[in-house]
Amino acid sequence: MQQMLSRKASFNFHGEDSPYFLGWKEYEKNSYHEVHNPSGIIQMGLAENQLSIDLLESWLAKNASVTHFKEDRGGSSLPLSSSLFRELALFQDYHGLPAFKKELAELMEEIRGSKVRFDPNKLVLTAGATAANETLMFCLAEPGEAFLIPTPYYPGFDRDVKWRTEVELVSIHCSSLNHFRLTKHALEEAYQRAQKQKLKVKGVLITNPSNPLGTTMSKDELNHLLDFVISKKIHIVSDEIYSGTVFDSPSFISITQALLNHKKVHAGNDISKRIHIVYSLSKDLGLPGFRVGMIYSENEAIISAATKMSSFGLVSSQTQFLLSNILSEKNFRKLYMKENQKRLKKRHEMMVSGLENAGISCLKSNAGLFCWVDMRHLLRSNTFEAEMELWEKIIFEVKLNISPGSSCHCTEPGWFRICFANMSTETLNVALQRIKTFAVGICEDRINYQQALCSSKKSSFNKWLLHPLSLWRNHQDHESKYR
Amino acid sequence: MAFGKNLLSKMATNDGHGENSPYFDGWKAYDSDPFHSIENPQGVIQMGLAENQLCFDLIQEWILKNPKASICSPEGVNDFKDVAIFQDYHGLPEFREAIAKFMAKVRGNIVEFDPDRVVMSGGATGAHETMAFCLANPGDAFLVPTPYYPGFDRDLRWRTGVKLLPVVCESSNNFKITREALEAACQKAEESNINVKGLLITNPSNPLGTILDRDTLQGLVNFINEKNIHLICDEIYAATVFTKPMYVSIAEILEEDKSCNRDLIHLVYSLSKDMGFPGFRIGIIYSYNDKVVSCARKMSSFGLVSTQTQQLIANMLADETFIEKFISESRRRLAARHGVFTRGLMQVRVGNLQSNAGLFFWMDLRRLLKESTVEAEMELWRVIINEVKLNVSPGSSFHCSEPGWFRVCYANMDDETMRIALRRIKKFVLQADEREAAAKKHMWHKNLQLSLSFRRWDETIMKTPRIVTPHMMSPHMIMSPHSPLPSPLVRARN
Repeated sequence: MQQMLSRKASFNFHGEDSPYFLGWKEYEKNSYHEVHNPSGIIQMGLAENQLSIDLLESWLAKNASVTHFKEDRGGSSLPLSSSLFRELALFQDYHGLPAFKKELAELMEEIRGSKVRFDPNKLVLTAGATAANETLMFCLAEPGEAFLIPTPYYPGFDRDVKWRTEVELVSIHCSSLNHFRLTKHALEEAYQRAQKQKLKVKGVLITNPSNPLGTTMSKDELNHLLDFVISKKIHIVSDEIYSGTVFDSPSFISITQALLNHKKVHAGNDISKRIHIVYSLSKDLGLPGFRVGMIYSENEAIISAATKMSSFGLVSSQTQFLLSNILSEKNFRKLYMKENQKRLKKRHEMMVSGLENAGISCLKSNAGLFCWVDMRHLLRSNTFEAEMELWEKIIFEVKLNISPGSSCHCTEPGWFRICFANMSTETLNVALQRIKTFAVGICEDRINYQQALCSSKKSSFNKWLLHPLSLWRNHQDHESKYR
Repeated sequence: MAFGKNLLSKMATNDGHGENSPYFDGWKAYDSDPFHSIENPQGVIQMGLAENQLCFDLIQEWILKNPKASICSPEGVNDFKDVAIFQDYHGLPEFREAIAKFMAKVRGNIVEFDPDRVVMSGGATGAHETMAFCLANPGDAFLVPTPYYPGFDRDLRWRTGVKLLPVVCESSNNFKITREALEAACQKAEESNINVKGLLITNPSNPLGTILDRDTLQGLVNFINEKNIHLICDEIYAATVFTKPMYVSIAEILEEDKSCNRDLIHLVYSLSKDMGFPGFRIGIIYSYNDKVVSCARKMSSFGLVSTQTQQLIANMLADETFIEKFISESRRRLAARHGVFTRGLMQVRVGNLQSNAGLFFWMDLRRLLKESTVEAEMELWRVIINEVKLNVSPGSSFHCSEPGWFRVCYANMDDETMRIALRRIKKFVLQADEREAAAKKHMWHKNLQLSLSFRRWDETIMKTPRIVTPHMMSPHMIMSPHSPLPSPLVRARN
């Protein structure tokens, strides 16, 4: 039967056999529930924002008559043409509901501190950011061509960007030595590597704020990136899906903003036509089920092609209508974003200090729904095999689904992404307690092991004793560096 | 500085989206001058859009009575959170169950559907593209009987690199899909070194509005089994079958024919036509092949149905009493609409392919063509758009092999608009006939003065459009291109 299906169907290009997804499957088999299954697996591999949905619920409760199809409740039968439901049910124009796009453009402006303008006519609605990223690849690259992408990156890109488009991804290696920042050298090195593999590079795909790092790109990084794409005459796709989750300084600098400042140096090139933004309401508003994604570009040809391609995944008109109503109240919008960021910050702090108690540090971050956690000191050895071993222990013994760095293409073993915004405070406390017990347990085991060795082999005592102690010392160094 | 076209992919800059076809030109004409009974009574009436707008009153009534189905209502808002965060590509279980039950009901509950085989997609548009991605590699081909829905050129080919090869069907046998036509298409593919991966049928047919009889369906199943290729059945119009003969779904054939390789059979479905909800983007792939279900499900990430919509639909379709009433009332109204149009057109001697399904009929305007060419069809079509102010779809945009056929949609307007549309067509046809008769009369007189050479007479007759005699006006017959030309003496008597 293999050859009866396409190559795309027959092999594992969808990427779902990665540990990123395997952890989810384990979670599904044995899901934590504080009452029904308190020893189940806690889901910390899902970057969802459930912290502020109550705000949306109460808005809806107050405004239901507005959103519920504005029906005439007087009991009179409505003529066919006046029914809002009918209009929505028939509305399949791939340009999208104008009112909805207007609100989205304004929301995007507000998230960027009104420092940049967004034209609703340059927005294309797609079925989630998943479809937005795939559509951009179809528009920008031929099969076999490549995009550069900084590591670590969101595992879903392997499916979204490569699977059906046959576009390649070439990693730009980022290192913990400089907090995984994007450097000129790394960009150039990746480009050369692609050339050696005879891959034509069409652009760079960045996620800013970063998934899985939870950091925003600095002005310098963005300038390096712009210099690079200008000199190579390639595209930038900037996935800004977490732009509304920036809860701490430094403030978010969008690629468009960086370009505005950059233009003073490099006038007269068409780089503005080669920058494309991806956004979605799945993370900022916590509405992944509604499948609201979008592409923003100043390039009319891209907008035109992407709009036509959106036929393959339009946003339900019912959903467009609901959200255009929710977003139409400017005050509510502002209140929501502010409160959401406040709650994310609090949750982030809880996570970081909880991990600290367990002797575990994180990369200092100011955005996103997760922490990039350093568990290198818990590895048996500095290898990906050891990382997988540790990960399996965490899934099956500690009962937490977290995402191993290797599934995010991190070049250094021992890093894990742990999500914190998709559960109640109580559940997070349970999770943190489990982590603490586990981490402390490992260290104690090592100490006990050393002591056992000590009593039998006195001559190698000093050498062995130094090892766990130096590990502990290193750990303390990490703490001060990355907090 | 002009933006370098080569910085975009070929896909972004080619015509693969198909929007330069006349099918869409008519829409553009409509968009720039849309009919409105009060504000623009001289505008273009949209008859090129296969939408089902006949039963919204029933839906609205249900919505008002069932506020809990909407997560936006006070009664339903408690479900908001769970629905909003649910992004599992399996879809809400109650949604899949409701779809499976609905599909069975529409097919008279003769067959059952397994909810675990129901896969979501971004409308039937997304479903078709996904099927092409799952079953074929770039350069492979699907066979498609003509005439077919123009959107297939985009859905199955644009981003997938898959080809579509026509299986030519002709009016002489009511556009039946014959074994000969299938074999001819296969032969042609072989000669061109093209690998055929499957056959795509739409049943009920768009644009014909007809259904496939059991023998034909069984014949198709035999064919694909012999060739070991897939069969994709687009059954998007399944609930629009408004009169006998009874609809037979491919699911039924599969039940009866145990020798068929089930791994080759796949259904595409949607609620856009049967329920009239194109805006909600509810596309479904139903495959009997486990690997295809698995792959399509992963690909559905690119076009999931909004959970808000899944929730509403799950509730609505679960109301069996309502759904039964809806399906039967929808059929009744479609039958009535179809009848009004086809009888009205018969009065001006315009025939159509006899049909019992769909939201349109296949109108025969061959006798109004100056000559039997695509150019003449396009000329006639431009007159219909610009002067008669009706957007109907020319047969050539459906890859019909014979010029002169037009698809006319009738379910996307109210009764008043329908009457106006009918009046306009009748007026146009009558005027065309009068012009033809005047021209004929002029020729008649002219010829009486000339020597009556038989060959010249024949030549004259051949240049004027064929005349329909009363005995050919039966609604159950369409004009055959092979019927003998009537003698002008017969006409003179009438």
